[in-house]
Amino acid sequence: MGIAVVDITKRFGAFTALREVSVAIPEGSLTALLGPSGSGKSTLLRVIAGLEQPDEGQVLLGDLDVTDRPARARGVGMVFQHYAAFKHMTVWDNVAFGLTVRKRPRAEIRQRVHELLELVQLEGLAKRYPAQLSGGQRQRMALARALAVEPSVLLLDEPFGALDARVRKELRAWLRRLHDEVHVTTIIVTHDQEEAMEVAGQIVVLNEGRVEQVGSPRELYDSPANEFVMSFVGPVNRLGDTFVRPHDVELSLEPDGSGSSEAMVERVVHLGFEVRVELVRDDGQHLLAQLTQEEAEQLELERGEIVYVRPSRETVFQTPGP
Amino acid sequence: MMSSRLSRYALRLGALGYLAVLLLTPVVLVFYRAFEHGFGHAWDAVTSHAAVHALELTLLIAAIAVPANTIFGVVLALALVRGRFPGRGLVNAIVDLPLALSPIVVGLSLFLLYGRGGWLGGFAGHGIKILFAVPGMVLATMFVSLPFVVREVVPVLREIGTEQEQAAETLGASPFQTFRRITLPAIRWAVAYGVVLTTARAIGEFGAVSVVSGRIEGRTETLPLYVQAQFESFDTPGAYAASVVLALIAVATVVALRVFHPREETS
Repeated sequence: MGIAVVDITKRFGAFTALREVSVAIPEGSLTALLGPSGSGKSTLLRVIAGLEQPDEGQVLLGDLDVTDRPARARGVGMVFQHYAAFKHMTVWDNVAFGLTVRKRPRAEIRQRVHELLELVQLEGLAKRYPAQLSGGQRQRMALARALAVEPSVLLLDEPFGALDARVRKELRAWLRRLHDEVHVTTIIVTHDQEEAMEVAGQIVVLNEGRVEQVGSPRELYDSPANEFVMSFVGPVNRLGDTFVRPHDVELSLEPDGSGSSEAMVERVVHLGFEVRVELVRDDGQHLLAQLTQEEAEQLELERGEIVYVRPSRETVFQTPGP
Repeated sequence: MMSSRLSRYALRLGALGYLAVLLLTPVVLVFYRAFEHGFGHAWDAVTSHAAVHALELTLLIAAIAVPANTIFGVVLALALVRGRFPGRGLVNAIVDLPLALSPIVVGLSLFLLYGRGGWLGGFAGHGIKILFAVPGMVLATMFVSLPFVVREVVPVLREIGTEQEQAAETLGASPFQTFRRITLPAIRWAVAYGVVLTTARAIGEFGAVSVVSGRIEGRTETLPLYVQAQFESFDTPGAYAASVVLALIAVATVVALRVFHPREETS
Protein backbone atom coordinates (compact mmCIF):
# COMPACT_ATOMS: atom_id res chain seq x y z
CA MET A 1 0.00 0.00 0.00
CA GLY A 2 1.33 3.44 -0.87
CA ILE A 3 1.60 6.13 1.77
CA ALA A 4 0.85 9.81 1.35
CA VAL A 5 1.57 12.44 3.94
CA VAL A 6 -0.15 15.74 3.20
CA ASP A 7 0.81 19.07 4.79
CA ILE A 8 1.62 17.56 8.17
CA THR A 9 2.47 19.99 10.95
CA LYS A 10 3.36 18.71 14.40
CA ARG A 11 4.25 20.84 17.39
CA PHE A 12 5.50 19.84 20.82
CA GLY A 13 4.76 22.88 22.94
CA ALA A 14 6.79 25.73 21.46
CA PHE A 15 8.88 23.39 19.32
CA THR A 16 7.70 22.69 15.79
CA ALA A 17 8.88 19.22 14.82
CA LEU A 18 7.26 19.11 11.37
CA ARG A 19 6.29 22.04 9.16
CA GLU A 20 3.80 21.32 6.40
CA VAL A 21 5.53 18.15 5.33
CA SER A 22 4.20 16.38 2.25
CA VAL A 23 5.69 13.13 1.01
CA ALA A 24 4.44 10.41 -1.31
CA ILE A 25 5.77 6.90 -0.79
CA PRO A 26 5.11 4.51 -3.66
CA GLU A 27 3.66 1.07 -3.02
CA GLY A 28 6.27 -1.61 -2.49
CA SER A 29 9.17 0.83 -2.20
CA LEU A 30 11.82 1.00 0.47
CA THR A 31 12.11 4.65 1.44
CA ALA A 32 14.55 6.19 3.89
CA LEU A 33 13.77 9.26 5.97
CA LEU A 34 17.21 10.78 6.36
CA GLY A 35 18.19 13.73 8.50
CA PRO A 36 20.17 14.89 11.50
CA SER A 37 18.75 14.47 15.00
CA GLY A 38 15.91 16.87 15.60
CA SER A 39 15.05 17.02 11.90
CA GLY A 40 11.63 15.48 12.52
CA LYS A 41 12.23 12.16 10.77
CA SER A 42 11.21 9.99 13.73
CA THR A 43 8.22 12.21 14.45
CA LEU A 44 7.07 11.83 10.84
CA LEU A 45 7.35 8.04 11.15
CA ARG A 46 5.37 8.08 14.41
CA VAL A 47 2.70 10.26 12.81
CA ILE A 48 2.37 7.70 10.02
CA ALA A 49 2.20 4.89 12.61
CA GLY A 50 -0.48 6.73 14.58
CA LEU A 51 1.66 7.04 17.69
CA GLU A 52 1.63 10.83 17.38
CA GLN A 53 -1.37 12.91 16.38
CA PRO A 54 -0.49 15.69 13.89
CA ASP A 55 -1.74 19.22 14.58
CA GLU A 56 -2.53 19.72 10.90
CA GLY A 57 -2.53 17.64 7.75
CA GLN A 58 -3.49 14.14 6.73
CA VAL A 59 -2.02 10.67 6.53
CA LEU A 60 -3.26 8.41 3.75
CA LEU A 61 -2.63 4.68 3.55
CA GLY A 62 -3.58 3.69 0.05
CA ASP A 63 -6.66 5.81 -0.64
CA LEU A 64 -7.77 5.75 2.96
CA ASP A 65 -7.47 8.77 5.25
CA VAL A 66 -6.25 7.26 8.52
CA THR A 67 -5.41 10.53 10.30
CA ASP A 68 -7.97 9.97 13.04
CA ARG A 69 -7.45 6.24 13.41
CA PRO A 70 -5.55 4.89 16.40
CA ALA A 71 -2.31 3.03 15.74
CA ARG A 72 -3.88 -0.36 16.44
CA ALA A 73 -6.35 0.06 13.57
CA ARG A 74 -3.86 1.21 10.94
CA GLY A 75 -2.34 -2.14 10.02
CA VAL A 76 1.23 -0.91 10.27
CA GLY A 77 4.19 -2.89 11.52
CA MET A 78 6.68 -0.93 13.56
CA VAL A 79 10.23 -1.70 14.66
CA PHE A 80 11.80 0.49 17.33
CA GLN A 81 15.41 1.52 17.80
CA HIS A 82 15.68 -0.17 21.18
CA TYR A 83 13.77 -3.27 20.02
CA ALA A 84 10.79 -2.77 22.36
CA ALA A 85 10.97 -6.51 23.00
CA PHE A 86 8.34 -7.87 25.38
CA LYS A 87 10.80 -8.88 28.07
CA HIS A 88 8.57 -11.31 29.93
CA MET A 89 7.67 -13.30 26.81
CA THR A 90 9.65 -15.83 24.84
CA VAL A 91 10.72 -15.13 21.27
CA TRP A 92 7.82 -17.27 20.12
CA ASP A 93 5.26 -15.35 22.20
CA ASN A 94 6.72 -12.03 21.09
CA VAL A 95 6.26 -12.93 17.44
CA ALA A 96 2.82 -14.41 18.08
CA PHE A 97 1.59 -11.37 20.04
CA GLY A 98 -0.15 -9.55 17.18
CA LEU A 99 -1.93 -12.75 16.18
CA THR A 100 -3.00 -13.69 19.70
CA VAL A 101 -4.52 -10.26 20.39
CA ARG A 102 -6.46 -10.75 17.16
CA LYS A 103 -7.60 -14.13 18.49
CA ARG A 104 -6.55 -16.03 15.39
CA PRO A 105 -6.93 -19.82 15.41
CA ARG A 106 -4.15 -21.61 17.22
CA ALA A 107 -3.03 -23.67 14.23
CA GLU A 108 -2.75 -20.58 12.06
CA ILE A 109 -0.67 -18.80 14.70
CA ARG A 110 1.63 -21.78 15.02
CA GLN A 111 2.22 -21.98 11.31
CA ARG A 112 2.71 -18.25 10.82
CA VAL A 113 5.15 -17.85 13.72
CA HIS A 114 7.08 -20.83 12.46
CA GLU A 115 7.39 -19.31 8.99
CA LEU A 116 8.47 -15.96 10.36
CA LEU A 117 11.09 -17.37 12.69
CA GLU A 118 12.50 -19.17 9.70
CA LEU A 119 12.43 -15.98 7.67
CA VAL A 120 14.43 -14.08 10.29
CA GLN A 121 16.65 -17.09 11.03
CA LEU A 122 15.66 -17.52 14.66
CA GLU A 123 14.11 -21.02 14.40
CA GLY A 124 16.27 -22.48 17.13
CA LEU A 125 15.72 -19.66 19.60
CA ALA A 126 11.92 -19.71 19.90
CA LYS A 127 11.95 -20.61 23.60
CA ARG A 128 14.51 -18.01 24.62
CA TYR A 129 13.72 -14.72 26.33
CA PRO A 130 14.80 -11.44 24.74
CA ALA A 131 17.46 -10.98 27.44
CA GLN A 132 19.15 -14.13 26.13
CA LEU A 133 19.49 -12.76 22.58
CA SER A 134 22.13 -10.55 21.00
CA GLY A 135 21.10 -7.10 19.77
CA GLY A 136 20.96 -8.26 16.17
CA GLN A 137 18.80 -11.26 17.09
CA ARG A 138 16.47 -9.08 19.14
CA GLN A 139 15.98 -6.73 16.23
CA ARG A 140 15.28 -9.62 13.87
CA MET A 141 12.72 -10.88 16.38
CA ALA A 142 11.13 -7.42 16.47
CA LEU A 143 10.94 -7.46 12.69
CA ALA A 144 9.29 -10.88 12.65
CA ARG A 145 6.82 -9.64 15.29
CA ALA A 146 5.96 -6.62 13.13
CA LEU A 147 5.57 -8.78 10.01
CA ALA A 148 3.37 -11.35 11.77
CA VAL A 149 0.21 -9.27 11.40
CA GLU A 150 0.86 -8.89 7.67
CA PRO A 151 1.08 -5.11 7.84
CA SER A 152 0.34 -3.05 4.78
CA VAL A 153 3.24 -0.82 5.76
CA LEU A 154 6.46 -1.55 7.63
CA LEU A 155 7.97 1.30 9.65
CA LEU A 156 11.51 1.04 11.01
CA ASP A 157 12.69 3.69 13.46
CA GLU A 158 16.51 3.70 13.40
CA PRO A 159 16.36 -0.08 13.59
CA PHE A 160 20.11 -0.61 13.54
CA GLY A 161 21.08 2.43 15.61
CA ALA A 162 21.81 0.48 18.79
CA LEU A 163 23.91 -2.21 17.09
CA ASP A 164 27.64 -2.33 16.54
CA ALA A 165 29.04 -1.46 13.13
CA ARG A 166 29.60 -4.99 11.83
CA VAL A 167 26.15 -6.31 12.79
CA ARG A 168 24.61 -3.14 11.41
CA LYS A 169 26.19 -3.77 8.01
CA GLU A 170 25.03 -7.39 7.97
CA LEU A 171 21.48 -6.48 8.92
CA ARG A 172 21.29 -3.78 6.26
CA ALA A 173 22.13 -6.24 3.52
CA TRP A 174 19.71 -8.71 5.08
CA LEU A 175 16.92 -6.11 5.24
CA ARG A 176 17.49 -5.29 1.57
CA ARG A 177 17.14 -8.97 0.65
CA LEU A 178 14.13 -9.37 2.93
CA HIS A 179 12.40 -6.46 1.23
CA ASP A 180 12.97 -8.07 -2.15
CA GLU A 181 11.24 -11.15 -0.77
CA VAL A 182 8.37 -9.58 1.15
CA HIS A 183 7.68 -6.45 -0.96
CA VAL A 184 5.84 -4.62 1.80
CA THR A 185 6.02 -0.82 1.54
CA THR A 186 8.78 0.06 3.99
CA ILE A 187 10.01 3.27 5.57
CA ILE A 188 13.29 3.31 7.43
CA VAL A 189 14.36 6.26 9.57
CA THR A 190 18.09 6.85 9.79
CA HIS A 191 20.60 9.61 10.42
CA ASP A 192 23.27 7.63 8.57
CA GLN A 193 23.50 8.68 4.91
CA GLU A 194 25.49 5.58 4.02
CA GLU A 195 22.77 3.36 5.48
CA ALA A 196 20.06 5.28 3.62
CA MET A 197 21.94 5.03 0.32
CA GLU A 198 22.74 1.37 0.73
CA VAL A 199 19.26 0.23 1.69
CA ALA A 200 16.70 2.57 0.19
CA GLY A 201 15.43 3.10 -3.33
CA GLN A 202 14.08 6.50 -2.43
CA ILE A 203 15.43 8.94 0.14
CA VAL A 204 13.56 11.80 1.78
CA VAL A 205 16.00 14.28 3.29
CA LEU A 206 14.57 16.16 6.25
CA ASN A 207 16.01 19.14 8.08
CA GLU A 208 14.44 21.25 10.81
CA GLY A 209 11.02 19.76 10.17
CA ARG A 210 11.06 20.38 6.43
CA VAL A 211 11.62 18.18 3.41
CA GLU A 212 14.80 19.32 1.68
CA GLN A 213 14.77 16.86 -1.20
CA VAL A 214 13.24 13.59 -2.33
CA GLY A 215 15.06 11.37 -4.77
CA SER A 216 17.02 8.23 -5.48
CA PRO A 217 20.42 7.91 -3.77
CA ARG A 218 22.12 8.75 -7.03
CA GLU A 219 20.00 11.86 -7.64
CA LEU A 220 20.71 13.16 -4.16
CA TYR A 221 24.43 12.63 -4.55
CA ASP A 222 24.81 13.87 -8.12
CA SER A 223 22.34 16.72 -8.11
CA PRO A 224 21.60 17.84 -4.58
CA ALA A 225 18.91 20.48 -4.36
CA ASN A 226 20.77 22.66 -1.92
CA GLU A 227 23.75 23.15 0.30
CA PHE A 228 22.23 21.13 3.15
CA VAL A 229 21.61 18.03 1.06
CA MET A 230 25.01 18.34 -0.59
CA SER A 231 26.81 18.38 2.72
CA PHE A 232 24.56 15.81 4.38
CA VAL A 233 24.80 13.03 1.80
CA GLY A 234 28.59 13.05 1.64
CA PRO A 235 31.74 14.90 2.65
CA VAL A 236 32.21 18.23 0.92
CA ASN A 237 34.69 21.11 0.66
CA ARG A 238 33.26 24.57 0.68
CA LEU A 239 35.32 27.08 -1.29
CA GLY A 240 33.54 30.43 -1.12
CA ASP A 241 30.26 29.85 -2.93
CA THR A 242 31.29 26.63 -4.58
CA PHE A 243 31.14 23.09 -3.22
CA VAL A 244 33.53 20.35 -4.20
CA ARG A 245 33.45 16.67 -3.24
CA PRO A 246 36.81 15.41 -1.95
CA HIS A 247 37.05 12.90 -4.80
CA ASP A 248 36.67 15.77 -7.27
CA VAL A 249 39.77 17.50 -5.97
CA GLU A 250 42.69 16.82 -8.31
CA LEU A 251 46.22 17.11 -7.02
CA SER A 252 49.34 17.67 -9.10
CA LEU A 253 52.93 18.52 -8.35
CA GLU A 254 53.12 21.17 -11.13
CA PRO A 255 50.79 24.17 -11.56
CA ASP A 256 48.69 23.67 -14.69
CA GLY A 257 47.54 27.24 -15.03
CA SER A 258 43.79 26.84 -15.42
CA GLY A 259 42.16 27.30 -12.05
CA SER A 260 44.68 25.50 -9.91
CA SER A 261 45.88 26.90 -6.64
CA GLU A 262 48.74 26.17 -4.31
CA ALA A 263 48.21 24.19 -1.11
CA MET A 264 50.30 22.52 1.54
CA VAL A 265 49.81 18.91 2.65
CA GLU A 266 48.90 18.85 6.33
CA ARG A 267 48.20 15.17 6.84
CA VAL A 268 47.93 12.00 4.78
CA VAL A 269 45.55 9.30 6.07
CA HIS A 270 45.83 5.81 4.56
CA LEU A 271 42.54 3.89 4.71
CA GLY A 272 43.49 0.96 2.53
CA PHE A 273 42.28 1.57 -1.00
CA GLU A 274 41.32 5.13 -0.17
CA VAL A 275 43.79 7.81 0.85
CA ARG A 276 42.59 11.04 2.43
CA VAL A 277 44.73 14.13 2.14
CA GLU A 278 44.17 17.15 4.34
CA LEU A 279 45.41 20.33 2.74
CA VAL A 280 45.60 24.02 3.55
CA ARG A 281 45.64 26.64 0.81
CA ASP A 282 47.82 29.72 0.98
CA ASP A 283 44.69 31.79 1.79
CA GLY A 284 44.16 29.63 4.89
CA GLN A 285 41.30 27.57 3.42
CA HIS A 286 41.27 23.93 4.53
CA LEU A 287 40.55 21.21 1.98
CA LEU A 288 40.01 17.50 1.95
CA ALA A 289 41.04 15.41 -1.05
CA GLN A 290 40.25 11.77 -1.64
CA LEU A 291 42.63 9.74 -3.79
CA THR A 292 43.13 6.12 -4.59
CA GLN A 293 46.19 4.45 -3.13
CA GLU A 294 47.73 4.33 -6.59
CA GLU A 295 47.30 8.06 -7.19
CA ALA A 296 48.74 8.83 -3.80
CA GLU A 297 51.76 6.63 -4.43
CA GLN A 298 52.49 8.32 -7.76
CA LEU A 299 52.47 11.74 -6.11
CA GLU A 300 54.54 10.51 -3.14
CA LEU A 301 52.75 12.95 -0.87
CA GLU A 302 54.28 13.89 2.42
CA ARG A 303 53.44 16.29 5.15
CA GLY A 304 54.60 19.86 4.42
CA GLU A 305 54.82 19.32 0.69
CA ILE A 306 53.45 21.96 -1.70
CA VAL A 307 50.95 20.69 -4.29
CA TYR A 308 48.51 22.23 -6.75
CA VAL A 309 44.80 21.61 -6.36
CA ARG A 310 42.13 21.86 -9.03
CA PRO A 311 38.48 20.96 -8.63
CA SER A 312 37.45 18.72 -11.53
CA ARG A 313 33.78 19.24 -10.75
CA GLU A 314 32.13 21.85 -8.60
CA THR A 315 28.65 22.81 -7.60
CA VAL A 316 27.24 26.29 -7.05
CA PHE A 317 23.83 26.82 -5.48
CA GLN A 318 21.83 29.89 -6.28
CA THR A 319 21.37 31.68 -3.03
CA PRO A 320 17.67 32.22 -2.38
CA GLY A 321 16.56 35.82 -2.86
CA PRO A 322 15.99 38.07 0.16
CA MET B 1 45.22 -6.05 55.50
CA MET B 2 44.53 -7.33 58.98
CA SER B 3 43.27 -4.00 60.25
CA SER B 4 40.89 -3.50 57.30
CA ARG B 5 39.39 -6.92 57.97
CA LEU B 6 39.09 -6.11 61.65
CA SER B 7 37.35 -2.83 60.95
CA ARG B 8 34.97 -4.62 58.62
CA TYR B 9 34.04 -7.08 61.37
CA ALA B 10 33.68 -4.21 63.84
CA LEU B 11 31.33 -2.46 61.44
CA ARG B 12 29.18 -5.57 61.03
CA LEU B 13 29.12 -6.16 64.76
CA GLY B 14 28.08 -2.56 65.34
CA ALA B 15 25.26 -2.78 62.77
CA LEU B 16 24.02 -6.09 64.17
CA GLY B 17 24.23 -4.83 67.75
CA TYR B 18 22.24 -1.75 66.82
CA LEU B 19 19.52 -3.92 65.26
CA ALA B 20 19.54 -6.29 68.20
CA VAL B 21 19.16 -3.60 70.82
CA LEU B 22 16.66 -1.46 68.96
CA LEU B 23 14.49 -3.99 67.16
CA LEU B 24 15.04 -7.54 68.16
CA THR B 25 15.23 -7.32 71.98
CA PRO B 26 11.87 -5.56 72.46
CA VAL B 27 10.07 -7.99 70.15
CA VAL B 28 11.69 -11.01 71.79
CA LEU B 29 10.70 -9.60 75.19
CA VAL B 30 7.07 -9.36 74.09
CA PHE B 31 7.16 -13.02 73.09
CA TYR B 32 8.80 -13.93 76.37
CA ARG B 33 6.28 -12.05 78.47
CA ALA B 34 3.32 -13.40 76.49
CA PHE B 35 4.27 -16.99 77.25
CA GLU B 36 5.62 -16.29 80.74
CA HIS B 37 2.62 -17.88 82.40
CA GLY B 38 2.41 -20.75 79.98
CA PHE B 39 1.08 -21.26 76.51
CA GLY B 40 -2.45 -22.04 77.69
CA HIS B 41 -2.79 -18.70 79.37
CA ALA B 42 -1.69 -16.86 76.25
CA TRP B 43 -4.02 -18.96 74.12
CA ASP B 44 -6.96 -18.11 76.38
CA ALA B 45 -6.09 -14.43 76.07
CA VAL B 46 -6.08 -14.40 72.28
CA THR B 47 -9.18 -16.55 71.93
CA SER B 48 -11.32 -14.35 74.15
CA HIS B 49 -14.38 -12.96 72.42
CA ALA B 50 -13.01 -9.40 72.27
CA ALA B 51 -9.62 -10.52 70.94
CA VAL B 52 -11.08 -12.71 68.21
CA HIS B 53 -13.45 -9.94 67.18
CA ALA B 54 -10.57 -7.47 67.09
CA LEU B 55 -8.57 -9.78 64.85
CA GLU B 56 -11.53 -10.34 62.56
CA LEU B 57 -12.21 -6.63 62.30
CA THR B 58 -8.54 -5.93 61.56
CA LEU B 59 -8.53 -8.47 58.76
CA LEU B 60 -11.87 -7.18 57.40
CA ILE B 61 -10.57 -3.62 57.23
CA ALA B 62 -7.38 -4.80 55.52
CA ALA B 63 -9.44 -6.91 53.10
CA ILE B 64 -11.28 -3.76 51.96
CA ALA B 65 -8.49 -1.19 52.18
CA VAL B 66 -5.73 -3.22 50.50
CA PRO B 67 -7.54 -4.15 47.24
CA ALA B 68 -8.95 -0.62 47.00
CA ASN B 69 -5.54 0.97 47.42
CA THR B 70 -3.95 -1.55 45.06
CA ILE B 71 -6.32 -0.75 42.20
CA PHE B 72 -6.28 2.96 42.92
CA GLY B 73 -2.49 2.87 43.37
CA VAL B 74 -1.85 1.26 39.98
CA VAL B 75 -4.26 3.66 38.25
CA LEU B 76 -2.70 6.66 39.97
CA ALA B 77 0.83 5.48 39.14
CA LEU B 78 -0.17 5.13 35.47
CA ALA B 79 -1.68 8.61 35.51
CA LEU B 80 1.39 10.11 37.17
CA VAL B 81 3.89 8.48 34.82
CA ARG B 82 2.01 8.27 31.52
CA GLY B 83 -0.55 11.04 31.80
CA ARG B 84 -0.09 14.68 30.94
CA PHE B 85 -2.50 16.67 33.02
CA PRO B 86 -2.25 19.99 34.83
CA GLY B 87 -1.40 19.73 38.51
CA ARG B 88 0.47 16.45 38.12
CA GLY B 89 3.29 17.72 40.31
CA LEU B 90 0.83 18.63 43.03
CA VAL B 91 -0.85 15.22 42.91
CA ASN B 92 2.56 13.59 43.08
CA ALA B 93 3.32 15.54 46.24
CA ILE B 94 -0.08 14.87 47.82
CA VAL B 95 0.40 11.10 47.42
CA ASP B 96 3.23 11.31 49.94
CA LEU B 97 1.16 13.22 52.47
CA PRO B 98 0.07 10.14 54.46
CA LEU B 99 3.75 9.24 54.93
CA ALA B 100 4.57 12.65 56.29
CA LEU B 101 1.43 13.34 58.29
CA SER B 102 1.06 11.98 61.80
CA PRO B 103 -1.75 9.37 61.77
CA ILE B 104 -3.46 11.13 64.65
CA VAL B 105 -3.87 14.21 62.45
CA VAL B 106 -5.40 12.00 59.76
CA GLY B 107 -7.86 10.70 62.31
CA LEU B 108 -8.77 14.16 63.49
CA SER B 109 -9.29 15.48 59.98
CA LEU B 110 -11.64 12.58 59.18
CA PHE B 111 -13.39 13.31 62.46
CA LEU B 112 -13.92 16.91 61.38
CA LEU B 113 -15.08 15.93 57.92
CA TYR B 114 -17.60 13.27 58.87
CA GLY B 115 -18.43 14.33 62.43
CA ARG B 116 -21.47 16.30 63.52
CA GLY B 117 -21.37 19.64 61.70
CA GLY B 118 -18.64 18.40 59.34
CA TRP B 119 -18.92 18.89 55.57
CA LEU B 120 -19.93 15.31 55.04
CA GLY B 121 -21.51 14.86 58.45
CA GLY B 122 -24.91 14.70 56.77
CA PHE B 123 -24.36 11.04 55.92
CA ALA B 124 -25.04 10.23 59.54
CA GLY B 125 -28.56 11.60 59.16
CA HIS B 126 -29.25 9.19 56.29
CA GLY B 127 -28.54 6.14 58.30
CA ILE B 128 -25.00 5.64 57.11
CA LYS B 129 -22.74 5.67 60.10
CA ILE B 130 -19.17 6.58 59.30
CA LEU B 131 -17.63 7.76 62.52
CA PHE B 132 -17.34 5.25 65.37
CA ALA B 133 -18.08 2.52 62.84
CA VAL B 134 -16.31 0.33 60.30
CA PRO B 135 -16.64 2.71 57.29
CA GLY B 136 -14.69 5.42 59.10
CA MET B 137 -12.02 2.97 60.16
CA VAL B 138 -11.68 1.69 56.59
CA LEU B 139 -11.36 5.28 55.34
CA ALA B 140 -8.70 6.05 57.92
CA THR B 141 -6.78 2.89 57.03
CA MET B 142 -7.01 3.63 53.31
CA PHE B 143 -5.73 7.14 53.93
CA VAL B 144 -2.61 6.06 55.79
CA SER B 145 -1.79 3.10 53.53
CA LEU B 146 -2.40 4.88 50.21
CA PRO B 147 1.16 5.74 49.08
CA PHE B 148 2.79 2.30 49.13
CA VAL B 149 1.55 0.77 45.87
CA VAL B 150 1.91 4.10 44.03
CA ARG B 151 5.45 4.59 45.27
CA GLU B 152 6.53 1.07 44.34
CA VAL B 153 4.96 1.12 40.88
CA VAL B 154 5.93 4.63 39.70
CA PRO B 155 9.71 4.03 39.36
CA VAL B 156 9.17 0.70 37.61
CA LEU B 157 6.76 2.28 35.13
CA ARG B 158 9.33 5.03 34.48
CA GLU B 159 12.04 2.46 33.92
CA ILE B 160 10.16 0.25 31.47
CA GLY B 161 9.20 3.28 29.35
CA THR B 162 6.45 3.33 26.76
CA GLU B 163 8.10 1.56 23.83
CA GLN B 164 6.76 -1.90 24.67
CA GLU B 165 3.25 -0.49 25.09
CA GLN B 166 3.52 1.37 21.78
CA ALA B 167 4.77 -1.77 20.07
CA ALA B 168 1.76 -3.66 21.43
CA GLU B 169 -0.51 -0.90 20.19
CA THR B 170 0.88 -1.01 16.65
CA LEU B 171 0.38 -4.79 16.74
CA GLY B 172 -3.34 -4.25 17.22
CA ALA B 173 -3.70 -4.57 21.01
CA SER B 174 -6.49 -2.56 22.64
CA PRO B 175 -5.57 -0.36 25.64
CA PHE B 176 -6.88 -3.05 27.98
CA GLN B 177 -5.02 -5.86 26.20
CA THR B 178 -1.86 -3.76 26.34
CA PHE B 179 -2.30 -3.19 30.05
CA ARG B 180 -3.04 -6.80 30.87
CA ARG B 181 -0.44 -8.42 28.65
CA ILE B 182 2.40 -5.89 28.62
CA THR B 183 2.19 -3.34 31.43
CA LEU B 184 0.87 -5.54 34.24
CA PRO B 185 3.45 -8.34 33.84
CA ALA B 186 6.19 -5.72 33.83
CA ILE B 187 5.04 -4.13 37.10
CA ARG B 188 3.77 -7.25 38.87
CA TRP B 189 6.65 -7.53 41.36
CA ALA B 190 6.35 -3.88 42.26
CA VAL B 191 2.60 -4.27 42.76
CA ALA B 192 3.14 -7.36 44.93
CA TYR B 193 5.71 -5.52 47.02
CA GLY B 194 3.39 -2.56 47.36
CA VAL B 195 0.52 -4.83 48.40
CA VAL B 196 2.64 -6.38 51.15
CA LEU B 197 3.65 -2.95 52.46
CA THR B 198 0.04 -1.74 52.28
CA THR B 199 -1.16 -4.81 54.16
CA ALA B 200 1.44 -4.36 56.87
CA ARG B 201 0.45 -0.77 57.35
CA ALA B 202 -3.29 -1.51 57.26
CA ILE B 203 -3.02 -4.20 59.92
CA GLY B 204 -0.72 -2.25 62.20
CA GLU B 205 -2.40 1.15 61.98
CA PHE B 206 -3.23 2.62 65.37
CA GLY B 207 -3.39 6.41 65.50
CA ALA B 208 -5.83 7.34 62.76
CA VAL B 209 -8.12 4.38 63.41
CA SER B 210 -8.04 5.09 67.13
CA VAL B 211 -9.53 8.56 66.66
CA VAL B 212 -12.37 7.61 64.31
CA SER B 213 -13.29 4.26 65.87
CA GLY B 214 -14.54 5.44 69.24
CA ARG B 215 -12.89 2.26 70.54
CA ILE B 216 -16.01 0.37 71.47
CA GLU B 217 -14.90 -3.00 72.77
CA GLY B 218 -16.21 -5.91 70.75
CA ARG B 219 -17.44 -3.54 68.03
CA THR B 220 -14.94 -1.03 66.74
CA GLU B 221 -11.76 -2.35 68.24
CA THR B 222 -9.02 -3.53 65.90
CA LEU B 223 -6.18 -5.67 67.16
CA PRO B 224 -3.78 -2.78 67.79
CA LEU B 225 -6.57 -0.94 69.64
CA TYR B 226 -7.30 -4.09 71.63
CA VAL B 227 -3.64 -4.33 72.66
CA GLN B 228 -3.74 -0.74 73.86
CA ALA B 229 -7.02 -1.30 75.74
CA GLN B 230 -5.73 -4.42 77.51
CA PHE B 231 -2.53 -2.61 78.39
CA GLU B 232 -4.42 0.30 79.88
CA SER B 233 -6.65 -1.97 81.92
CA PHE B 234 -3.59 -3.70 83.41
CA ASP B 235 -4.27 -6.96 81.59
CA THR B 236 -0.68 -7.11 80.45
CA PRO B 237 -0.63 -10.83 79.62
CA GLY B 238 -3.62 -10.23 77.30
CA ALA B 239 -1.87 -7.27 75.71
CA TYR B 240 1.32 -9.26 75.19
CA ALA B 241 -0.51 -12.25 73.76
CA ALA B 242 -2.36 -10.08 71.25
CA SER B 243 0.92 -8.34 70.45
CA VAL B 244 2.40 -11.70 69.58
CA VAL B 245 -0.37 -12.21 67.04
CA LEU B 246 0.47 -8.83 65.49
CA ALA B 247 4.18 -9.66 65.60
CA LEU B 248 3.57 -12.97 63.84
CA ILE B 249 1.63 -11.19 61.12
CA ALA B 250 4.59 -8.82 60.83
CA VAL B 251 7.01 -11.75 60.50
CA ALA B 252 4.85 -13.21 57.75
CA THR B 253 4.93 -9.79 56.07
CA VAL B 254 8.71 -9.60 56.27
CA VAL B 255 8.98 -13.06 54.72
CA ALA B 256 6.57 -11.98 51.97
CA LEU B 257 8.67 -8.87 51.39
CA ARG B 258 11.73 -11.03 50.84
CA VAL B 259 9.81 -13.22 48.42
CA PHE B 260 8.33 -10.35 46.45
CA HIS B 261 11.29 -8.02 46.54
CA PRO B 262 11.52 -6.44 43.09
CA ARG B 263 14.12 -8.37 41.19
CA GLU B 264 15.30 -9.01 37.71
CA GLU B 265 13.10 -11.12 35.54
CA THR B 266 14.35 -14.67 35.89
CA SER B 267 15.03 -15.22 32.26
